Amino acid sequence: MSGAGGGAGSGEDKGVTMRVEVDVPKCVASGQCVMIAPDVFDQREEDGIVVLLDERPASELHADVRESAVVCPAAAIRVVEK
Amino acid sequence: MKHVVVVGASAAGLAAVETLRREGYEGTLTLIGDEPYHPYDRPPLSKQILGGQWEPDRVPLRSAADLDALGLDLRLGVTATGLDLAGRTVALADGARVPYDGLVIATGVRPRRLPGDGAERAHVLRTLDDALALRDRLGPGRRLVVVGAGFLGAEAAAVASGLGTEVTLLEPAPVPLAPAVGERVGRMLTRAHHDHGVDLRTGVMVAEVADGGVRLSDGTLVEADEVLVAIGSVPNTGWLEGSGLPLGDGLECDEYSAAAPDVYGAGDVARWHNPLFGTAMRIEHRTNATEQGMAVARNLLSPEARKPFAPVPYFWSDQYDFRIQAHGWLRGHEEVAVVEGALEERKFLAAYRSGDRVAGVLAVGMPPKAVRTWRQAVATRAAWRDAVGELVPEGA
Repeated sequence: MSGAGGGAGSGEDKGVTMRVEVDVPKCVASGQCVMIAPDVFDQREEDGIVVLLDERPASELHADVRESAVVCPAAAIRVVEK
Repeated sequence: MKHVVVVGASAAGLAAVETLRREGYEGTLTLIGDEPYHPYDRPPLSKQILGGQWEPDRVPLRSAADLDALGLDLRLGVTATGLDLAGRTVALADGARVPYDGLVIATGVRPRRLPGDGAERAHVLRTLDDALALRDRLGPGRRLVVVGAGFLGAEAAAVASGLGTEVTLLEPAPVPLAPAVGERVGRMLTRAHHDHGVDLRTGVMVAEVADGGVRLSDGTLVEADEVLVAIGSVPNTGWLEGSGLPLGDGLECDEYSAAAPDVYGAGDVARWHNPLFGTAMRIEHRTNATEQGMAVARNLLSPEARKPFAPVPYFWSDQYDFRIQAHGWLRGHEEVAVVEGALEERKFLAAYRSGDRVAGVLAVGMPPKAVRTWRQAVATRAAWRDAVGELVPEGA
């Protein structure tokens, strides 16, 4: 989570760089992130644990990635924005 | 709106305050929690914390820096004691009166108790302190009786058994969790307990916690060094009694999760009408707490563009060497069909029917794509006849 700053609209994200981190041992394989942001997250076939597809997603994906981080039931996704 | 108060500093309350800030709310934001800790995650309490794989530093939901960045009026270790709905004020145990324009109620639930189960005699498992207290008493040579074979009791039994504790699991129903997951899946869980050396006794009524164990309704004493009472939860609505808010099984909310103008409920405490399933529900699961906290924050900020809260509920439970995952609303189902895999191998996917629709899906050990596909059938309320086939009542 990046905390309070900034608005929610993806249009404001031009020029913002986002880095996504996943805490794999925390992941509980719910798949919520894959349903929200399938271009950024996937699940391992054998146990459903998260696979990070795109560590630095493009700005049009930022809103979905933030949503994934918030909804993750294991709090296993961290988003760093600059 | 200049002052929003969120009562309850766990997953739902945290999601509410974060969403308010993310959506541009810049006014005063008070977050009140009765525990002395920053918001932390509860599912690991009966899993990694109880099992000793994690120390408490792994459970905070946000870093101190991330919380600081929210600019909160954070009041921890203080209980809300009353609500003046007309005067728009929350009363706190420390004597403070906190005014609000908007209110989110996310006070959660507390464990249901048994006669005689004072703290010196029995454990419950809701808070970090509860989990650490129980963890200290588990291991080889110890005897634990768990009262209640629901998800929490079953997880705790599995973890305690894995640590070498001698575990007896007492359950009043003939098949554990049958109302939640159906008879066949319930029997699969029964076998798992037996396979792992947990002494599951069903059809057993516990009268009270007594010295040296628990007393059954027939007078028998089941001896134990430690007792864990896991017989469900009670919504924390006592502080709202007399406020005028509708209380029943929790705080009664409408489809927007509102209980009164500018007053919303979120998380375990809130019962609301879910239009996707056409029924009222109160859900004590981790994902719902976050989703409902987010939804009520948005509705509070945009009264002209409110959206009904219509999620597909989700839960998971780790038991022994397998994980149960379920999407949808399984309660009150009329039919269960194993649509992929096999129950006996503990790799299967079961679909649940209510009316003529797919109401839910429960999976163990299945590939994630298959689970997501069936979850989509729930989300679109697919016709059972199309997704599964002919309608056959359970037990037929």
